[in-house]
Amino acid sequence: MTAANRCAIVGIGQTHHKAKRQDVSIPGLIREAALRALADAELTWKDIDAVVIGKAPDMFEGVMMPELFLADALGAAGKPILRVHTAGSVGGSTAICAAHLIMGGIHRRVLTVAFEKQSESDAMWALSPRIPFQPQLTAGAGGYFAPLVRAYMRRSGAPDDVGLQVAVKDRQHGLKNPYAHLRIKGIDRAMVADSPMLWDPIRYLETCPSSDGACAMVLAAEDAAAAPRPPAWVHGLATRSEPVVFSGRDQVNPQAGRDCARDIYAQAGIHTPSKDLDVAELYVPFSWFEPMWLENLGFAAEGEGWKVTASGATALGGALPINPSGGVLCSNPIGASGMLRFAEAAMQVRDQAGEHQVDGARRAMGHAYGGGSQFFAMWIVGRDRP
Amino acid sequence: MRDVAIIAFAQLPAVRRDTEREEVELVQPVVTAALAQAGLDRRDVGFTISGSCDYLLGRPFSFVAALDAVAPWPPIAESHVEMDGAWALYEAWARLQCGDVDTALIYAYGKSSLGELPDVLVQQLDPYYLAPLGADAISLAALQARALLDSGRADERRLAAVAARSRRAAAANPCAQRRSRREVDELLAEPYLVAPLRKHDCPPISDGACAVVLAAGDVARRLVPRPAWIRGIDHRIEPHQLGHRDLTRSPSTAEAAARAGAGPDAAPFDLVELHAPFSHQELILRDALGLPTDDGTADGIDDGDGGDGPAINPSGGALAANPMMVAGLTRLGEAAARLMAGDGRRALAHATSGPCLQQNLVCVLETDGGAP
Repeated sequence: MTAANRCAIVGIGQTHHKAKRQDVSIPGLIREAALRALADAELTWKDIDAVVIGKAPDMFEGVMMPELFLADALGAAGKPILRVHTAGSVGGSTAICAAHLIMGGIHRRVLTVAFEKQSESDAMWALSPRIPFQPQLTAGAGGYFAPLVRAYMRRSGAPDDVGLQVAVKDRQHGLKNPYAHLRIKGIDRAMVADSPMLWDPIRYLETCPSSDGACAMVLAAEDAAAAPRPPAWVHGLATRSEPVVFSGRDQVNPQAGRDCARDIYAQAGIHTPSKDLDVAELYVPFSWFEPMWLENLGFAAEGEGWKVTASGATALGGALPINPSGGVLCSNPIGASGMLRFAEAAMQVRDQAGEHQVDGARRAMGHAYGGGSQFFAMWIVGRDRP
Repeated sequence: MRDVAIIAFAQLPAVRRDTEREEVELVQPVVTAALAQAGLDRRDVGFTISGSCDYLLGRPFSFVAALDAVAPWPPIAESHVEMDGAWALYEAWARLQCGDVDTALIYAYGKSSLGELPDVLVQQLDPYYLAPLGADAISLAALQARALLDSGRADERRLAAVAARSRRAAAANPCAQRRSRREVDELLAEPYLVAPLRKHDCPPISDGACAVVLAAGDVARRLVPRPAWIRGIDHRIEPHQLGHRDLTRSPSTAEAAARAGAGPDAAPFDLVELHAPFSHQELILRDALGLPTDDGTADGIDDGDGGDGPAINPSGGALAANPMMVAGLTRLGEAAARLMAGDGRRALAHATSGPCLQQNLVCVLETDGGAP
């Protein structure tokens, strides 16, 4: 790390994710995650110096700049609060913003929270606005990303059942995660293959759900990192963004993702990610994005990602477990999905992941992406102080 | 803290309704101008961040389209806040404190004209308890103004004096929107818009954009002759529920000021840029900041008739131009630009967000002692 100060993750909390959390208001939802993070750190609201909150578009709940009214519920009155929005990568970039407040020496303890309560509105509608002089995206995210998956299949020559395998594997992982939204008992290849084709080649069960949920972390400076359980330490973190579209842009294997990964590997001293990292939580909203990201992030050579998936290496117990939590395919409160990846990575190196713990995990990656595969946020966390 | 300075500021002239340009076309000219002022190539910027709000444009992800204005290729390290650009500057300042990057580009844009702004801002209220009441932004500000008048700490003439002074100053600012000079008695003869506020007590509806470049230490010194150093910056929020607050006071401004080095014992300022969209809010902010009077009255509030105190809102402030999500960052940029031009050595800049001054940011800027 090149920054002036180290950053530790001392508290982690998340909600039980569901299609509709009608038992809680928006403030109730974020407090559920925040209180769990505070309890994990054995801290109270009073110990927090600042709050950084993130979520995806405000049209997902129909509240403009909701951090203003959520300040009360987050104990932020009298404190600084920042609101980040970087599309689907926001959960990651929110945590990164919070980490910078620690690493810049500005605060000792920062609470960072990300959420989406998608049942308040309709994400498909909010993702498909009619904007003057632009083609209307009428099919939401799946309609946008399906052509990229097709392009990947054509380029790599991958057999067309690799997506089924990811969908089954992540749902099996999700059964081990008490917070997961989709818990499909008896999930198997036939069940996924028989589910309706939504956006060819993406089937219903190869798609993420729409969830209500939140995630929170307490980040601390080194002198405040003494916690009831060992902290996770930030070993590297970065964001990269590139334009939505220009001729020659590779949306299947975006340069921004490759650059972002290279940046955090350099910070963390990682030379061979597939060997040097014990586990990764990648933002995989559609099954095929697992092999695509394996290549983009350097876990596999270009065109080889599907072979790693097909080998079973990415399942729990394999050489390179990907998404032991069940990932975005099991829980997708969009604004929180990136932070859940970051938090699950930290849980792994803190030996805190329960049934979906990767034995002996010492270094883990959290990854988030958003927009038209153009916004990336990533971090590497480790058990050892960097 | 690492020394970080504002080294460039560019803005578009604010207009009531810009029908010619969409967001990327608003942002591109100010980004280009700010980088040119700083003598920086876009590829050399270490961190880029923007502030904007989807609800103003009535669409999700408006910042995604605007990003094209900075030509982010090769890919850039970037973030976005759904806030006024002043808070984007704060995140950039924090990023530079980490020590591994030396420069940052901040931009903000807002097309407030696309919807019925006071009604759009209703969506910013607590959706369970406040938004259903349908109180628009001007009505809430009027409640606050009424509370201030009832406290006996201001009267309608003082509100009009703030508006008149804003207009006098704006006459010299080519980027201001409301620039016609009006005298206090003239303004007081106008009818109420929402009592006790008259039209001149409320901000204009504006479209606009601005950009700021930050640089650290020797990089700032190398790039420009008179960097405007950020000596302190802090921001605080208050409870959202209006009933939980004394609307006539701004404790979050006072707290942020104390932490930014602009507390009661701070050295005097040569100029002050306050983001007060409504005339009465300037009086509340000045009270919170303990700014000296320049007219000898005892209540700590200036009516702008000259004197020894700092120049207040020499740009005309938000009463003269108020592009949403831009006007706060503009206060920091205006203050820095004046210092960089040699019009003073020490400035205070402020930004606000939310209903009735809910959230406030205070920044203290200084130049080195040398002659301009």
